[in-house]
Amino acid sequence: MKIAHHPDNSTLLSYAAGNLDEAFVTVVAAHLAICGACRSQVHKIEEIGGTMLQSLHPVAMDADALERVMSKLDGAGDHFVDNAAKAKQVGPSLPRPIARLIGDGLDNVAWKTVAPGVAVHRLATSETARGALTLLKIDSGKKIPEHGHSGAEMTLVLTGSYRDESGRFGPGDVADLDEDIEHEPRVDSSEPCICVVAAEGPTRFKGLVGRILQPLVGI
Amino acid sequence: MLVTATSKEDWLPYGGAMSVKMSSGQRPVEDDSYLIKRVALERDSLAFRSLFLRFGPRVKAIMMKSGADAETAEDLAQEAMLVVWRKADRYAPERGSLAAWIFTIARNLRIDRLRRQSPEAYEDIDELELEAPEESGETQVQVRQRNELVLKAVAELPPDQRSVIEMSFVHDTPQSDIAQKLGLPLGTVKSRTRLAYIKLRERLEALE
Repeated sequence: MKIAHHPDNSTLLSYAAGNLDEAFVTVVAAHLAICGACRSQVHKIEEIGGTMLQSLHPVAMDADALERVMSKLDGAGDHFVDNAAKAKQVGPSLPRPIARLIGDGLDNVAWKTVAPGVAVHRLATSETARGALTLLKIDSGKKIPEHGHSGAEMTLVLTGSYRDESGRFGPGDVADLDEDIEHEPRVDSSEPCICVVAAEGPTRFKGLVGRILQPLVGI
Repeated sequence: MLVTATSKEDWLPYGGAMSVKMSSGQRPVEDDSYLIKRVALERDSLAFRSLFLRFGPRVKAIMMKSGADAETAEDLAQEAMLVVWRKADRYAPERGSLAAWIFTIARNLRIDRLRRQSPEAYEDIDELELEAPEESGETQVQVRQRNELVLKAVAELPPDQRSVIEMSFVHDTPQSDIAQKLGLPLGTVKSRTRLAYIKLRERLEALE
């Protein structure tokens, strides 16, 4: 699988620092599960965190801190949780951060049709998450009306592909879009295109159809 | 808590954190690798003690700078060090320095306890890397060199880029909040982080 579109470097930095919103973290992690190159970038960026940590002024801990932690040390190490088995059940093609949220895999998603050829399914996030995480299924040949964004939006293609002004997006590709970008993606695969979308603010559709569609799609 | 700059002009990078010479916190990476290996393989509590004394108070510091009160920061630092003990055998030197690994432990705790969001997606990636480790072929020497290069790269950043990086990594401030605090457009904050990253990558490319 050739991945052509990656998250922006500033997004990877924010991910590594730990202050990217959960919905976006999930999309980035799903991309990382597929993209070794970005995993390696993230490890490099995490070195910044290590450097910062090392150079901080230490703050004295409680006098009995070491003693308290030592009393909790046991001989055994932590045992790996067997997530591999879990992930295999839902099909090897789904990246784990998404597989974990879907449970039964893409075949059993409770899709809600919001327009002809367009279906959505909202994924759970923590209450504190600012962004929404949504699965989006668009049928072959369909397009999402041209729209802009009132906040950042990040899309990862899971199956199928689409094309817009910035190129072709297939499985593993990420569209990491700023507020001011407008686009009109059209599905160009023979199968439906299923994406996972993290969106910060409501998507603003242009045109009449868009305005009708917007409250329905709700992303 | 965060120092708030009232205008762009009187903004200074956080006093303390980066302005201090990296002395007391710095120790050869070989020491770290040796100590964590002793903890992982021998369950050596003396080696752990040494790591605890060095990293515990720094994890506490990063938690306080991320907005935790002293008591919460203390608890989180103790918990982070307990994770270091329990997961010592998962530390992979070829993926990065021990300090970076401990930073990720602190980061995940910070997301879970301070931000109250889920760090599970990060853990998914850790698991995946454990199951299918990649042979990077990097030697211990290269890992040490990389650590030094990152230190240099960060130290050499212009103040405007460094403060953005510090706000993000140390003070756990999202980019949109950084933009608001500095009175800058979000795009400027993003381009500063990109520039900082490019400098880091240029430094590291010399190794590859």
